[in-house]
Amino acid sequence: MDYFAQQLINGLVLGSIYGLIAIGYTMVYGIVGMINFAHGDVFMIGGFIALITFLILISFGLTAIPVILLVVLLVSMAITALYGWTIERIAYRPLRHSFRLAPMLSAIGMSFVLTNYSQVTQGARVKPIPPFITGGYTLHESPDGFVIQLSNIQIMVVITTVVLLAIFTWLVSRTRLGRDMRACEQDQTMAALLGVNVDRTISMTFVIGAALAAVAGLMYLLYYGLVDFFMGFVAGIKAFTAAVLGGIGSLPGAMLGGLAIGLIETFWSAYFSVEYKDVAAFSILIVVLIFMPTGLLGRPEVEKV
Amino acid sequence: MTAPSTNTAKPATGLASLLKTALINALVALVLFSLMVGIRTEAGSDGQLTYWTRFGELASLVAVVFGGSIVIELLRQWIGPTGAERLVPPAVQSGMSLIGRYLTPALLIFTVLVPVIFYDQRYILDLAILVLTYVMLGWGLNVVVGLAGLLDLGYVAFYAVGAYSYGLLATNFGWSFWICLPLAGILAAFWGVLLGFPVLRLRGDYLAIVTLAFGEIIRLVIINWQSLTGGPNGVSGIPRPSFFGIPLDNSDDGFAARLGIEYSPTHRIVFLFYLILALALLTNWVTIRLRRLPIGRAWEALREDEVACRALGINTTTTKLTAFATGAMFGGFAGAFFATRQGFISPESFTFQESALVLAIVVLGGMGSQLGVALAALAMIGGFELFRGLETYRMLVFGMAMVLIMIWRPRGLIGHRAPTVYLTKAQAISSDLVKEGHG
Repeated sequence: MDYFAQQLINGLVLGSIYGLIAIGYTMVYGIVGMINFAHGDVFMIGGFIALITFLILISFGLTAIPVILLVVLLVSMAITALYGWTIERIAYRPLRHSFRLAPMLSAIGMSFVLTNYSQVTQGARVKPIPPFITGGYTLHESPDGFVIQLSNIQIMVVITTVVLLAIFTWLVSRTRLGRDMRACEQDQTMAALLGVNVDRTISMTFVIGAALAAVAGLMYLLYYGLVDFFMGFVAGIKAFTAAVLGGIGSLPGAMLGGLAIGLIETFWSAYFSVEYKDVAAFSILIVVLIFMPTGLLGRPEVEKV
Repeated sequence: MTAPSTNTAKPATGLASLLKTALINALVALVLFSLMVGIRTEAGSDGQLTYWTRFGELASLVAVVFGGSIVIELLRQWIGPTGAERLVPPAVQSGMSLIGRYLTPALLIFTVLVPVIFYDQRYILDLAILVLTYVMLGWGLNVVVGLAGLLDLGYVAFYAVGAYSYGLLATNFGWSFWICLPLAGILAAFWGVLLGFPVLRLRGDYLAIVTLAFGEIIRLVIINWQSLTGGPNGVSGIPRPSFFGIPLDNSDDGFAARLGIEYSPTHRIVFLFYLILALALLTNWVTIRLRRLPIGRAWEALREDEVACRALGINTTTTKLTAFATGAMFGGFAGAFFATRQGFISPESFTFQESALVLAIVVLGGMGSQLGVALAALAMIGGFELFRGLETYRMLVFGMAMVLIMIWRPRGLIGHRAPTVYLTKAQAISSDLVKEGHG
């Protein structure tokens, strides 16, 4: 039972990270109708930028951890958001009215560019950082010595995710930008006729998605204490699985799917085998798409001829 | 040439706006590259991260972006809007088709003669074998992507199935290549159907992601099922192919000894070359023949419009499954060839990048054009060889090329295949006939 509870905590934390990435997928799919294959790599870039900012701040002699964290968060969100914007501008916007597979292939190309760009600029080796946020709470200690730990970093990841999700839900449901986004999602031509700047709205979608991916990258860096240039690929597929599981196009769905994938992966590793945890995640993707193509909270897609 | 007047409205504000655009681009580049290029991190020997600055590289990159955007902007103003697909004039078109008619036999004859011309140059022969392997993979994937229009991102899975089928059967049971080759194809086709069944209802992007996941699952299983596949260590000591039972080695009953000529290791290379050439031509021949059968027509109809296809009474289930199985079978053949040529296989050869490379070849070749795919494979693998010295930059350039090709000519660089049959004349239907209530 204690083991189960500990895995539950771990799974929820991992799921929060997946959920943050999944929001980027689901938003872009909702508006442009394409899988932003490079999104996992944007997450990786976010992690790298957070790492570099950390290093610089520390070498400047900053010691106040909350200040460091805040600066790192803002810097990596800002720069990664610019990456998202640039990617959309270069690789996707010229293809918006092209044939169906073109944006997908362009996105795969972009994913290769980003992966190898960070390999070329930062080297192929894994980059570890010393643990910044240490300590935690012991929730329960069983007689046979098994301890349920809740570390501070885990609390931070979950709180950050919840806060961001709240801000984000407000953004989409209450602001002008959110209304524009929902309008574009329903009918781009009609939205444009009614004075919505479609190009700008789509750009903003990519910017927000990339910013959230940057947060996920930072959380990953803090939680696992390392980044490497290849981490975006698998994380990206899993987050996409989460988005599909939750119902693509639905924001709460993306978060829910992220949590589900995080939990499944953690429990699979804990009770079955660590080696096959990725196989489990990919199999879920296949199974969900076959039996539940609209996901948990998605709307059924109407086939237009 | 055709319309010089369209761009004359701009030059009044030309220089100022040009510089402004370039400045903005340079600024964006500065922010993008500031940390990733300007700072280099590396873990030291004690695990402590250190960093050093590279502002020189950063400055030169930003300068390149600044200059590059000026050049691109100028080119755009001179040439006219890029991205618009222009129609090729009929005179050029007929000239191209004339070249096209003679290009194929000329290329084929040249390919057959390659081992004769370059007999002494081992490097060129090896490269030619590699190119032909990708030509075959491209033609195999072409059935799925180019003809049936099903975007398959996990094609390398079938390549892996073929390679491991031969590798394991040959090392464990000592079966010969010629027995294993059809088996590898059948097994791969079986896996193709197995993948095909669940994805029947999916289309477009979803299909792509599921095939990608499938490819990764196969690779992960190969890595982790150590007792069968040897895990990351791979399978080694895979037997070389024999000339229909006669080994191509230095022994007494070897190929050279029986013919009474002096043994040379090049014999085997030449044999491998003709083997892959034969396999590739078989792929091509089968594809061309299939295209004339109802099933080939059904594939093309499926690619053009699935809903219309179903309305016409074509069984989309079997159509999709046969496309997957046919494509997978050729992938399996190529995999078996790869295993016998290398003598060693490991999961590292079957990554997603490989799938993307084959897909890029098909897309570059114009999705469905057989000649286009062959030329694209030559261009791709040849291009990769040019960048061999710059190993780390290779995939970077590859990714950029993929994006640029999609933007520049999304329908393929070299060829484009239109449907084999189509209505020659658009028939206007009187509105009286389709009015509501008359149906």
